[in-house]
Amino acid sequence: MAFYREACPTIKNILLLDSEGKRVAVKYYSDDWPTNSSKLAFEKSVFTKTQKTNARTEAEIAMFENNIVIYKFVQDLHFFVTGGDDENELILATVLQGFFDAVTLLLRNNVDQREALENLDLILLCLDEIVDGGMVLETDGNIIAGKVATHSMDDGAPLSEQ
Amino acid sequence: MAQLVKKDDDRDEEAEYSPFIGIEKGAVLQEARVFNDPQLDSRRCSQVITKLLYLLNQGETFTKVEATEVFFAVTKLFQSRDIGLRRMVYLMIKELSPSADEVIIVTSSLMKDMNSKTDMYRANAIRVLCRITDGTLLTQIERYLKQAIVDKNPVVASAALVSGIHLLQTNPEIVKRWSNEVQEAVQSRAALVQFHALALLHQIRQNDRLAVSKLVTSLTRGTVRSPLAQCLLIRYTSQVIRESGVNNQSGDRPFYDYLEGCLRHKAEMVIFEAARAITELSGVTSRELTPAITVLQLFLSSSKPVLRFAAVRTLNKVAMTHPMAVTNCNIDMESLISDQNRSIATLAITTLLKTGNESSVDRLMKQITNFMSDIADEFKIVVVEAIRSLCLKFPLKYRSLMNFLSNILREEGGFEYKKAIVDSIVILISDIPDAKESGLLHLCEFIEDCEFTYLSTQILHFLGIEGPKTSDPSKYIRYIYNRVILENATVRASAVSTLAKFGAMVDSLKPRIFILLRRCLFDGDDEVRDRATLYLSTLGGDGSVVETDEDVKEFLFGSLDVPLVNLETSLKNYIQEPSEEPFDINSVPKEVKSQPLTEKKAPGKKPTGLSAPPTGPTSTVDAYEKLLSSIPEFSSFGKLFKSSAPVELTEAETEYAVNAVKHIFDSHVVFQYNCTNTIPEILLENVSVVVDASEAAEFSELASKPLRSLPYDSPGQTFVAFEKPEGVPAVGKFSNVLRFISKEVDPSTGEADEDGVEDEYQLEDLEVVSADYVLKVGVSNFKNAWESMGPDCERVDEYGLGPRESLAEAVSTVINLLGLQPCEGTEAVPSNSRSHTCLLSGVFIGNAKVLVRLSFGIDGPKEVAMKLAVRSEDESVSDAIHEIVASG
Repeated sequence: MAFYREACPTIKNILLLDSEGKRVAVKYYSDDWPTNSSKLAFEKSVFTKTQKTNARTEAEIAMFENNIVIYKFVQDLHFFVTGGDDENELILATVLQGFFDAVTLLLRNNVDQREALENLDLILLCLDEIVDGGMVLETDGNIIAGKVATHSMDDGAPLSEQ
Repeated sequence: MAQLVKKDDDRDEEAEYSPFIGIEKGAVLQEARVFNDPQLDSRRCSQVITKLLYLLNQGETFTKVEATEVFFAVTKLFQSRDIGLRRMVYLMIKELSPSADEVIIVTSSLMKDMNSKTDMYRANAIRVLCRITDGTLLTQIERYLKQAIVDKNPVVASAALVSGIHLLQTNPEIVKRWSNEVQEAVQSRAALVQFHALALLHQIRQNDRLAVSKLVTSLTRGTVRSPLAQCLLIRYTSQVIRESGVNNQSGDRPFYDYLEGCLRHKAEMVIFEAARAITELSGVTSRELTPAITVLQLFLSSSKPVLRFAAVRTLNKVAMTHPMAVTNCNIDMESLISDQNRSIATLAITTLLKTGNESSVDRLMKQITNFMSDIADEFKIVVVEAIRSLCLKFPLKYRSLMNFLSNILREEGGFEYKKAIVDSIVILISDIPDAKESGLLHLCEFIEDCEFTYLSTQILHFLGIEGPKTSDPSKYIRYIYNRVILENATVRASAVSTLAKFGAMVDSLKPRIFILLRRCLFDGDDEVRDRATLYLSTLGGDGSVVETDEDVKEFLFGSLDVPLVNLETSLKNYIQEPSEEPFDINSVPKEVKSQPLTEKKAPGKKPTGLSAPPTGPTSTVDAYEKLLSSIPEFSSFGKLFKSSAPVELTEAETEYAVNAVKHIFDSHVVFQYNCTNTIPEILLENVSVVVDASEAAEFSELASKPLRSLPYDSPGQTFVAFEKPEGVPAVGKFSNVLRFISKEVDPSTGEADEDGVEDEYQLEDLEVVSADYVLKVGVSNFKNAWESMGPDCERVDEYGLGPRESLAEAVSTVINLLGLQPCEGTEAVPSNSRSHTCLLSGVFIGNAKVLVRLSFGIDGPKEVAMKLAVRSEDESVSDAIHEIVASG
């Protein structure tokens, strides 16, 4: 198991928080945070420590408790991707960028908390298409958004008001 | 930006718009009834699922009953042909992680989707099914999964491959059968399929070195399309390089050209992965390093913080081992000191501290002081550690560095940070004699206002050892006695011990120490009073007969010769079974336990500073002792002397996995065979190991304890006991055959057949070697221990070890042969050294302490010679140690 972790790039969690550090959507793939309260504590510490940084043009990076966190902020939304401290930082950054691009496409450039909550189904499907159990599934934002959006075209039964 | 401000103004109004305001679990569960409507409103259903997922995402939990109800309702939605709704159904099923009997309900629907014409259904159904499935169901769908792996749609192929990676952890024997398909997928033109296939193929073969090596050889020559797959290949290549052993310095390292080629890849993640891999090659030369350092240097001036961070973090690591290679980057590093990202700034500074020269120290220290308050504790620790090594590198600069450390010691900080500072000061005191007095005073001032009991007691202990040796020991007494007045009981007790040490070492202070100790007799805490009474008595402060000076010092300064963890367990056991007899410290086992796997995460982190000699982590020894004493046949063997680490007697991945533990008693040896049955369809009964001891003349078989039954995947043990001459380190080789009755198990009912077949399985040989009779027991001060043992039973001889790979290899071979505990870090051989002295200690069977001093020398053609000096309390033991080397 130890070797599996080391040999294959692994994502520990993806977080989308609002401007007060509250959850919009989160997905954990690692057992490092076994309870909801340990998850909340991690989110709180990550949010507080990154809040003052300027991560609006380029993704920023920080270390927390032997984890690397790459993050980017837009409007009132805070995007985070976490990996182990041995992980290639640029792989984590690529995953964050894929998530960010896909969300931007799915929300039609209106990337803010309200829009994200109103289209939460799309955000959740998006998370599901990026990483599966810690393994990176896809990193290209266009493809991810494409996979999430296909259903609205088929079958003539759109799920959200277009 | 304007928009943002506006939003903030309207926050209250804004919040009203959230679709989840006032959401409540009970109400949503009620809403979920729409899933049962005969005419499904798919949009409405999707919305309800989204609400349920929202609740789960916010940390809400469903009771078992609620989850089951929701699950069954959701399964109704498979009737709808709406793709969007189906996707939400998939998500919901994964989140609910249904139980085995619930899984059956959705299996057929999901299997139908797996064979659907819509690729999106197929890919998702595979992922859902594999997530919730168990072994038996997996065999049913295996055929479809193998097809999916080579499907022309990349999303379907990836879904099957990634599911395979997860399933390999739980059902390895099934996934391993997919090798051929996975291998085909590695050649896929779709980038991510190749990545997933490569990851799975490597995991299937990871225990087969040759196969991994072949895989790497063929792929490094072929085309790898995805940057992620390229990163994987770089990791596997490093692994092959690592395992292919020591490279010959003159020739080229295999695969280096491939790694270097990756430095010119177009994707940054690949360039970085390759650069990092090169810097981590063992024994990397500066010629090999140069191209990697060059690309990392370019990253340092990137506009992307992530790139700068990755580069500076890697260079920081390189600077620890190859500071000269990084000096070229110093100018770029300097500009990073003012980086917005504090992590990058800290890493830059600490790198500069490692690569900088003596003249730049003062300037750097000034810059660091400026930003220390801005950074997190974990980075402060990094800075402190860098300063510690800097100080050892430039001892002349100790004054400014010591000042820096004492300044930050006074500022706010958490325990780990303070401990790092204190450790650093202690190391400086030990290594730089000039720094001793000022360092001790800084520590004294620190404990005047220290909130951490642990640090106070550790410092007091250290003061007790170092303080009496200074020019004016009396000046420390005030600080120590203040602790007795002001602190909690734990600290007061330590302070009393420290006072006693001053009293024992400095005769002129003795009368004054007695006065102080007598005051402690009125302390409110009994431990403090007891200690004061004890010390007054041993030092003669109560007018009683004074013990000899030697005894007093041994008592006060000598180290405890049993590991503390062992003492703790023994004491706990003693308390649990009340007895008239006093506790006997000799009954405490002395074995130092092997490091558990979790420790592996911190390579090279040796305990330094105050956390003096390493104490063994919690153990398996007690478990063994309990296990053995519970078996009546073995209960008369007396005290367990030592249990070896498990020795594998089968190859990895065979039908039956067996390893053996050797338990050594004074006149017996017990082999414990740990067996695991890895075939689900077979039940083993009456399992025993037949041992042939014809190559172990001094052993005679006494008893054997078979294992009644060994079901699939639940390990069991069988034992064989031998008698051997008492106290003699008899050696020998034993051949083993596993004998059992094997019965077939019906997979559907789990019941075994009535009739079984007798069968045998050849295991590898097991050897009892001299090192099995030696316990690893460290001593904290080897020199003292060596001198107090005296030369009476010393045995010295010289040995030629013949040509060796390197000095380090020779040293580790001899250490392993003897099975003794290396002391004071002398097992590490600095590279390029021509001679080395290694200190070892331990306990030989019969409870005899042994100390060993090994002096190695190497000459031209790698011929290694060794002088072995052994001291013990008994000549025969010293001779026995020589015998081990002579016959080894």
